[in-house]
Amino acid sequence: MKVGVVTFPGSLDDRDAQRAVRHAGADAVALWHGDHDLHGVDAIVLPGGFSYGDYLRCGAIAARSPIMTEVIAAANAGMPVLGICNGFQILVEAHLLPGGLIRNDHGDFVCRDQKLRVENASTAWTNGFTVGQEITIPLKNAEGGFIVDAETLTRIEGEGQVAFRYLDVNPNGSLDDIAGLTNAAGNVVGLMPHPEHAIEPGFGPDTPDAMRSGTDGITFFTSVMQSALARA
Amino acid sequence: MSDLAKTVTAASRLDSVANAIATPEKEQPYAALGLKSDEYQRIRDILGRRPTSGELAMYSVMWSEHCSYKSSKVWLRQFGQKVSPEMTKNLMVGMGENAGVVDIGEGWAVTFKIESHNHPSYIEPFQGAATGVGGIVRDIISMGARPVAVMDALRFGAIDHPDTARVVPGVVSGISFYANCLGLPNIGGETWFDPIYQANPLVNALAVGVLRHEDLHLANAKGAGNKVVLFGARTGGDGIGGASILASDTFSAGGPTKRPAVQVGDPFAEKVLIECCLELFAGDLVKGIQDLGAAGISCATSELASNGDGGMEVSLDEVLLRDPTLTAEEILMSESQERMMAIVEPDKLEGFLAVTKKWDVETSVLGEVTETGRLIITWHGETIVDVDPRTVAVDGPVYDRPISYPTWMDALNADGAEKFLRPSDGPTLKEQLLTLIGSANLSDKSWITSQYDRYVMGNTALSYPDDAGMIRVDEESGLGVALATDANGRYAYLDPYAGAQLALAEAYRNVAVTGATPVAVSDCLNFGSPENPEVMWQFSRAVEGLADACLELGIPVTGGNVSFYNQTGDVPIHPTPVVAVMGVIDDVGRRVPSGWQDSGDNLYLLGSTHLELDGSAWAGVIHGHLGGTPPKPHLAREQELGALLAAAAREGLLNAAHDLSDGGLATALVDASLRFGIGARVWLDELLERDQIDPLTALFSESGARVIVAVPREEDVKFLRLCEGRNYPVARIGVTDAGAAGVGAALELQGLFTASLEELRTASRATMVEHFGAVVGYAADLSGSGIHRAPTGARIVE
Repeated sequence: MKVGVVTFPGSLDDRDAQRAVRHAGADAVALWHGDHDLHGVDAIVLPGGFSYGDYLRCGAIAARSPIMTEVIAAANAGMPVLGICNGFQILVEAHLLPGGLIRNDHGDFVCRDQKLRVENASTAWTNGFTVGQEITIPLKNAEGGFIVDAETLTRIEGEGQVAFRYLDVNPNGSLDDIAGLTNAAGNVVGLMPHPEHAIEPGFGPDTPDAMRSGTDGITFFTSVMQSALARA
Repeated sequence: MSDLAKTVTAASRLDSVANAIATPEKEQPYAALGLKSDEYQRIRDILGRRPTSGELAMYSVMWSEHCSYKSSKVWLRQFGQKVSPEMTKNLMVGMGENAGVVDIGEGWAVTFKIESHNHPSYIEPFQGAATGVGGIVRDIISMGARPVAVMDALRFGAIDHPDTARVVPGVVSGISFYANCLGLPNIGGETWFDPIYQANPLVNALAVGVLRHEDLHLANAKGAGNKVVLFGARTGGDGIGGASILASDTFSAGGPTKRPAVQVGDPFAEKVLIECCLELFAGDLVKGIQDLGAAGISCATSELASNGDGGMEVSLDEVLLRDPTLTAEEILMSESQERMMAIVEPDKLEGFLAVTKKWDVETSVLGEVTETGRLIITWHGETIVDVDPRTVAVDGPVYDRPISYPTWMDALNADGAEKFLRPSDGPTLKEQLLTLIGSANLSDKSWITSQYDRYVMGNTALSYPDDAGMIRVDEESGLGVALATDANGRYAYLDPYAGAQLALAEAYRNVAVTGATPVAVSDCLNFGSPENPEVMWQFSRAVEGLADACLELGIPVTGGNVSFYNQTGDVPIHPTPVVAVMGVIDDVGRRVPSGWQDSGDNLYLLGSTHLELDGSAWAGVIHGHLGGTPPKPHLAREQELGALLAAAAREGLLNAAHDLSDGGLATALVDASLRFGIGARVWLDELLERDQIDPLTALFSESGARVIVAVPREEDVKFLRLCEGRNYPVARIGVTDAGAAGVGAALELQGLFTASLEELRTASRATMVEHFGAVVGYAADLSGSGIHRAPTGARIVE
């Protein structure tokens, strides 16, 4: 299986996302923001970072970059797309997911090991989890506050589009503690925390067992391989 | 128009070399640019005429203290002289280049350097600190390396001073903004508060980069006909200090007069520049490269040319400008960020431009390398600079400044901390411990570090609050490096020679506890005015101490930075030699954390404890006292301890290891407990008996060459045999204990006191939160619990 990782100017976690794809056992393919070519990939990751510097609304410019024409078309055709942090912001700006992401309520960048509860385990990127499962994924952002109008909030809550919720602490003031969303079809998932930073013992979040041993993030990438197998 | 009028008009537009020859008596604002009259005369002697205003601009910035090291050079030479063959055998690039480069094996090399951005960070904390990070990262790129991590060593005024509330959030968010946006993990550093830094905070930023041996690049312009290429951000009016003086003095009207002297950073531009440079290096498209930092184009052209084998001719008309009204002098001096200068072979120019185009990095060819030995710069078709580049970049003035032993030194050294009562009852010791761990310097610094990305790049093996940061270099083998920065200005004030050595010893130990072997040093020497003979004495002693200690420990200084003129009014800061030590570990999987992870491990104290409370955190916090003589450096012991720890880590005998420094054994026990929430039962009897000390000394003395380690029971015999074999003092002082079910873990000092981890955590966390605001996730923990307050009034034995 080939998973593409898009590099925008200012992408920071693109190499990390490629590593996560490889650790899951898939081939990572680097995609370039200026191209109109998905190189035959089976799934796409929009990685974290500050695309184009994010001096405007985060993700706003990236959502209109050349490669996104193809990404949006592929997502609408059912290809699995995962947006992590800045990638989530890009998905929202591209209207592949609802709502918006604004400055954290406390005003600062925050980096922490964040507990999440899995709310939807039937998407392309979460089928390896179980509903209600508690996982720890590093979070690091300054603009992670999820907002949406009341009507849409009721709808996405009702239709199971909330994929992840913050547990114990809401780190940024997100509505309903929402950490991540899926689209109705379940192929597009976006979240603020960084699963690619919890894939390898020794370099992930602390767990009760040992320092930096958390690998809950790898399930995102094995899930998408599973869903590709299921579709094949 | 008369001839005279014509000359004046021409001069006001352009001060060419021809014009300088024609108007030898023209008065020049050299003093306002920071040049002394004898320095100005020397420039005239070198050139055989008066300098043009452009040349004057170049000489003035390149001969400044910051760029020329004119006051420190005579002392810094020791770092190059006091070396053994052992120290240089792995050194690929030593002092003098943008950053030193060390061979760490397996074909990998590492480059690292620490540098100050103190004054800009006081004037404009956010941009000052941000561009401090940007500048040091460009030094790393220019060696051909991929930057992989940053650290920050910070010193601020009193934590409760109103201005500290302006400086701290600005500096922290500046570092956070820039490094997070660059995608570089922040893996550690230090934060101190002391009124001595009130109007002169210290912001020292460290960057580390990795490269394959064959990717090493140097800043030199070789090969006549090779192109001189400027790329990155456009040149603007930011960061021009002296040039505005020149402009307003030389030019009567029309031009801009006042420019902000603090640069403005654009981390996005720098991130793109990093990736662009790495692609240029990978394509072998660069012959020589230099970043643009202090003194901008003046520095880059003169240094590249003087490190080369010929000369250089460039046209300033080709420089891409953000502001078209800039004068030639301003273009030469602008410190606009995110710019690099490369030397490119003509047949590779096309490939070079293709890469910069791919990354949307603006690029212009300014000129080429020549055989003339002269640096010639033209502007609007006329030559405005014609100099021997070595006279600008290398042969600046060198001062052997007067030094004098401070008049107050003997009285200070005589005023030791032994006059204070050392209570031995449990309740008082517990109260003092809680006060110490809640003090500004020892308190939890998560308010700062939670604003830094420690995960990006996926190679961070250790970061704050562990003793050193650690980065994996090779994903296959696990080869990695550990880094720590340390300085104790209080010690250095009491004895700059010992203080510098203690800073090195602590950084060395912080690296060693992780299981890494220290291999190299970078230093950032922060001092007051070199024109003050007492400060110069402090500086000379600190450099001597550091150079002697490096020789004794067998690790070389690979580069660094001197920052003078750090003072408030006439009061200099404490001498603050910040020392960064880098170590190598062959597999980061074997790294040792600072905190206890399991119940039932044996705790050992390695090293001996003496009555050394002068300059300690205990003396400072409990008694508001600074006097006496600092702990004695034991460099041979430090080396033995480092080797012992490396051997123990290699054999997997350690579950944790934590350095003892500020606050002594007591605060080290608290740190190690709070790291993962595992407590301990600790007994001191054997230690008190063996070292002939009282309980307070055991808990708070700051003797060097000591660490505590947690050893799993099954490795006990092996570990003790290792210590005995190496004849290193070892005492079993306790056992780790996660606490019984339903009862929270605690730190119990048998026969003295018990403190619950909850109590300790609350005391440690409250201070930064109280002064700077909430930490995400901490609020719930702190609300409703009694926050410990410092007792008022010191107890002094009359």
